Amino acid sequence: MRQKTSPPPSLSRRQVLGAAGAGLVAAATAGLTPIRAGAGPREADEKLYELTGVEKPEKGRVTVILPETTDQGPLVPITVRVDSPMTEDDYVKAIHIVAQRNTVPEVASFHLSPMNGTAEVSTRIRVKETQIIMAAAQMSDGSVYLGRERCRVVGGAGGCG
Amino acid sequence: MIDGPRLNVPRTAKPGEVIRVRTKIAHPMETGWRKDIHGNDVPRNRINRFVCTFNGTEVFAADLHSGVSADPYISFFVRVAESGTFACEWQADGEKTYSLAAEITVV
Repeated sequence: MRQKTSPPPSLSRRQVLGAAGAGLVAAATAGLTPIRAGAGPREADEKLYELTGVEKPEKGRVTVILPETTDQGPLVPITVRVDSPMTEDDYVKAIHIVAQRNTVPEVASFHLSPMNGTAEVSTRIRVKETQIIMAAAQMSDGSVYLGRERCRVVGGAGGCG
Repeated sequence: MIDGPRLNVPRTAKPGEVIRVRTKIAHPMETGWRKDIHGNDVPRNRINRFVCTFNGTEVFAADLHSGVSADPYISFFVRVAESGTFACEWQADGEKTYSLAAEITVV
């Protein structure tokens, strides 16, 4: 039977491992320092205010359809549907998509008219990380409605370039 | 990968029918934040505006930012009352534009 080897007098196993671990963490953080931090909900709200000119949008009427969970952040299909008759008197003027935690929160703005008949727009967006995607609908009478949906990005495949 | 823009509308429609218009263009939508393998910045190159007209009247427009995926796909609805031509234009950074038209017959 082999004798148990005693730890070297100067460095314990724990110390050696600890030092190695710290080195690894330092290397990892050095390599992963984000060039640009993502925006936050406050920046997204500010951007919405800038786009619509309304501080507190009303809830309802806007449905945001996007996958609950995705492993492909750079390619997330999104559909925004607004409950509106789309007549000359009452129609959706614009739909704005804003992502709370993307590097640049504003994603796209769509300009509609009564000629559209149905207030529905589909596109594909980049979702950087798990976050809430908001869609604001600007009505012809000046009111603004907000819809929101959460999108979970799994597998570290966020996508903003 | 498809080359250039694509525009898909039904060939025929009834008067007053709401039809779906689907558009897509092959484009990298470069955000300008990426670096190539040599460490140089890849210049920003995005489609920043999309406009669709029907018989000369603007029916739909979009402002696109970095958050839109590469090969931007946009679909929307239009109510058609008469036969005519859908003309779409994509404007990229650096004044480059792409355009495509499609006909629809209303019977």
